[in-house]
Amino acid sequence: MRHTISLSLALAAFWLLNSGYYTPLILGLGLVSIIIVVYIVHRMDVVDHESQPLGLSGKILFYYVWLGKEIILANIDVVKKIWLGKDAISPVLTTINISQKTDMGKVIYANSITLTPGTVTVNLVADQIIVHALMGENIQLLEAGEMDRRVSRLENSC
Amino acid sequence: MDIALNISSALCLFLGSFLCLSGGVGIIRFPDFYTRMHAAGVTDTLAASMILIGLMLQNPDAIVILKLVMILLMTLFISPTTSHAMAKAAMNSGLQPLLDKKENKDGVESS
Amino acid sequence: MLIAATIAILVVMALTIIRGCMGPTLYDRILAVNMFGTKTVLLISLLGFVMGRPEFLDIAIVYALINFISVIGVLRFSDSFGFKQPHQKKVSGGKDS
Repeated sequence: MRHTISLSLALAAFWLLNSGYYTPLILGLGLVSIIIVVYIVHRMDVVDHESQPLGLSGKILFYYVWLGKEIILANIDVVKKIWLGKDAISPVLTTINISQKTDMGKVIYANSITLTPGTVTVNLVADQIIVHALMGENIQLLEAGEMDRRVSRLENSC
Repeated sequence: MDIALNISSALCLFLGSFLCLSGGVGIIRFPDFYTRMHAAGVTDTLAASMILIGLMLQNPDAIVILKLVMILLMTLFISPTTSHAMAKAAMNSGLQPLLDKKENKDGVESS
Repeated sequence: MLIAATIAILVVMALTIIRGCMGPTLYDRILAVNMFGTKTVLLISLLGFVMGRPEFLDIAIVYALINFISVIGVLRFSDSFGFKQPHQKKVSGGKDS
């Protein structure tokens, strides 16, 4: 029930944001659309804890701030490498162990790695990920495990 | 106040354009597909955020700012998914990455 | 500054088109198309502000979603069947010779 309510609220916010017209007719059409979407989603049986991790919502904001800082640093690094040219880079492909237990934690970690420029997750098998990195230092940074610890903490708190 | 907003907006737009240009140069200069993907990642994350933040500072209208935030969030959520899908598809089809000789320890065949 | 940023984005789009035409493998071309799409989203929002019509942002949102779905669709297609074989042959042949 909590998930249904949060889904309806999110859809309502999306509609109000996108339309910008607040006449009764448009609002009524929005209400009808929301009801239809919630009905279809219930029939498909996809409203559950996995699609809407509500417990995460508060804690993840701090993680986003930290991730944003990481992304800015990685961007500066990659841009420097771009202008220095071919000799400055040393691409690596390695396998890294991850410590997350749930699927959601693994996905958050893999997506964070991909979102940071300079590292891309190529594959995720059981509790190992294959990472392609632009430089060896990126891999060492990942193996030091700062991001891993933060994602694990996020996962445990939810 | 207005002047400060204009200046910071222009600064953000300039930084965004520079990062975009760097990404474009990187996509031409880098030697193989996997490294080019990192260059595309630069334009998808910081460059897009900088340009959209610059646009946010231009317009005081609330609904426009919210729409720009929505575009920014969409870009940030979509770009890792696409990168990962591309990398996985390329790896599955047997495209070997160009690896550095010194760093290549775990026996992946370097092409 | 808005116009300068628009021109910069156009230059980047030209560079991506060059990579798309040059690209030795199929995946370089898909990458170029994807990057072209994300740059188009930025271009549309910038153009909306240049022309003083922020309504263009709706089109930018739709374009972002369409771009995502089209790239994923092409990748699914390339994964499941079709042009896997000739591409492999071309790469190994190029490396051997």
